[in-house]
Amino acid sequence: MKILFFASLRERLNTEEEQWQDLNGAQTAGDILTQLQTRGEPWSSSLNTERLLVSVNQEIASLTTEVTLNDELAFFPPVTGG
Amino acid sequence: MSKSIGSIRIQEADFSVDNEYQNLRAAHASQNGAICTFVGLVRDFGDKKGVTGMYLEHYPGMTEHSLQQIIDQAASRWQLHNVSIIHRVGQLNLSEQIVFVGVSSAHRADAFASCEFIMDYLKADAPFWKKECNDQGSEWVEAKQSDQDRAQKWSKD
Repeated sequence: MKILFFASLRERLNTEEEQWQDLNGAQTAGDILTQLQTRGEPWSSSLNTERLLVSVNQEIASLTTEVTLNDELAFFPPVTGG
Repeated sequence: MSKSIGSIRIQEADFSVDNEYQNLRAAHASQNGAICTFVGLVRDFGDKKGVTGMYLEHYPGMTEHSLQQIIDQAASRWQLHNVSIIHRVGQLNLSEQIVFVGVSSAHRADAFASCEFIMDYLKADAPFWKKECNDQGSEWVEAKQSDQDRAQKWSKD
């Protein structure tokens, strides 16, 4: 699984992208988020926000969206283009 | 499902409104009755005063996909001949052009409404992020509820 982070989240985590070879039992985007949050700081506070958006395979998704090892996930703050 | 219309470009380079307008004008030339264009610019205030420029980031792939969905929604709602969207990314200075939306149609009402619809949804849904630069440094722009509200109002009309 490819996991991407954008904008302020990318900066706070100092991480643009990771590759996972094993989902460690995760079945949903929310399960992935929980595993990231348990890494400690800055992960726990940066990812513990109501204003976090998630996409699965480049479509806006929710934390209950099911995921597989072949998926591309992304976490990012609300968008501000235009 | 009819074939998708529209041209989407995400680029660092500036654009010429006249070139884009002439391209819209040339396609479906004899059927066009109206062309509406919008340009967004870098202004000197945002979340704070004294903005000197901005940095724009996006999610390659998802951005194009998201913009095509917005164009498809507009084309199913109004009679459109063509749509052109350009959004710049990277470092932009004060007063530079950020975004272009151009729409051609047989009728002005469809051109006006769809151009505004596309911009409203672009701001609410497309994965771009702005970081404003001022003389104290730079800060990520906060998303505005008013931008979500503007997109939401189209679903009520």
